[in-house]
Amino acid sequence: MNAIVRPLENLGRATVHSLAGMGYAAMLLIESLYFSVAGSRIGQPLRLRAVAEQMRQIGVDALPIVALLALTIGVMLGIQFIAALSEFGAQSQVVVAVAKSVTREFGALITAILVAGRSGSALAARIGSMSVSQEVDALATMGIEPVRYLAAPALLAMLIMLPVLTIFADVVAIGGAALYSSPALNITPTAYVMQTLALLAPGDIWQGIAKSAVFAVLITLIGVSTGFSVQGGAEGVGRATTRAVVLSICWIIVVDMIFSYFLNR
Amino acid sequence: MTAATAPLIEVEKLEAWYGRRRILNGVDFSVNAGEIRVIMGGSGSGKSTLLRHLLGLHKPRSGRVRLLGVDIGRASERQMLAVRRQIGVSFQGGALLTSLSVGDNVALPLREHTSLDEATIRIMSRLKLEVVNLGGFQDLMPAQLSGGMVKRAALARAIAMDPKLLFFDEPSAGLDPVVSAELDELILRLRDALRMTIVVVTHELESAFKIADTITVLDQGNILMTGTVDQVRDCDNQRIQDLLNRRPREIQVDADAYLKRLTEEAA
Repeated sequence: MNAIVRPLENLGRATVHSLAGMGYAAMLLIESLYFSVAGSRIGQPLRLRAVAEQMRQIGVDALPIVALLALTIGVMLGIQFIAALSEFGAQSQVVVAVAKSVTREFGALITAILVAGRSGSALAARIGSMSVSQEVDALATMGIEPVRYLAAPALLAMLIMLPVLTIFADVVAIGGAALYSSPALNITPTAYVMQTLALLAPGDIWQGIAKSAVFAVLITLIGVSTGFSVQGGAEGVGRATTRAVVLSICWIIVVDMIFSYFLNR
Repeated sequence: MTAATAPLIEVEKLEAWYGRRRILNGVDFSVNAGEIRVIMGGSGSGKSTLLRHLLGLHKPRSGRVRLLGVDIGRASERQMLAVRRQIGVSFQGGALLTSLSVGDNVALPLREHTSLDEATIRIMSRLKLEVVNLGGFQDLMPAQLSGGMVKRAALARAIAMDPKLLFFDEPSAGLDPVVSAELDELILRLRDALRMTIVVVTHELESAFKIADTITVLDQGNILMTGTVDQVRDCDNQRIQDLLNRRPREIQVDADAYLKRLTEEAA
């Protein structure tokens, strides 16, 4: 009997646990948006300075690494498409293949995974260690809503910077592909870029941007909610950091697939 | 009873649970304006839980907590904010924001709740640091302070908004006797100079007897007594005398409950 009941019990507990987590994240989202819009009316104003600081940490500081990765991805796509398409003698299609796959998929995906690793984990670690050392309690007793002070600026900054980083990554990746592929295609890099611009529709770029906005919400909510629910000292903070990164990346990839399915039917 | 003489804190039949364990068994409790009340009790007596309820960090499952006349279980966000602007809390570990300098920590409540200009805020926060003898330390980060300095900086932040009511969690925990005696002096001075009502949670007898006007003794979720220092000293309650004389308590084992705990599947 136990052999049947125990796994069912565990499954039930895990389901309730994850549903509670999603509910908590949804509540954080609503509260953050509420404080961003109406905070100043109830004495909990969102500080633009805090948003700007988060924007710097999430966006500006990530520029070099995003550039490096995007360039690499661009070159890699160039290599693969030239190799694959030359089998059919369709090398000239490399330009459109790279342009569409970068703007629709890879720009947003790579940027989001990178930011989840950099900033999602940082959010979880920061808020987690603040919970452990009672700093979150201290904020609450001072009349400073922890969600307004810690979560809302991060959410806004992420919502602004992740799409910006995504566009930046698109540009760099296509640049990388141009550098590698144009000699193979016997055109100049400038001609490659001009062709790309002619082939791209606004919808391609919007697809990436829309995804990155959703990823921004996911990364922030997962980072912040795992941070707030840290228990058990330094070890708990470490676990929360890992959990935030793994959960964010899993969600990003799954949501990306769902998005791609519906947007490209 | 007029508003001026109404107790600042009133707790009625407060119960608290962690899972299936009851931590507070219907606690009744009140603190009048201008007094220093020490909440004393051993580990696991429920004093930290009581404090968290007093601070509004936990909502009471049953019973009522009224702070400055506001029922914090039913208060709107706006009322709660108004209450919180009038209370100051110094946490056990200080709970200074590690990302901000000491001066910015003290200035934080002022920046968030007032529209004073930056120069005024700077002067006010330095004044508070002077009060706790940390003048000139405003540019240090919390990690660069010693244990006693962290507690004093936390106290400076707690009094930044000139609160009516000040809570102090374990002022002497982890400090050497001299520093903790200095902190006791500081608490007494604050009450006299700033006319604050102060609630101190501690298990240190010496410091409790030195600063308290009245003492509430908490044991296993029940209030054993509330009285002046002398009344507590002379009390003939066995548990209180055990606490005062550092005698280990005799644990009586209930055989049935013991067996149940050992054999039960899910705790």
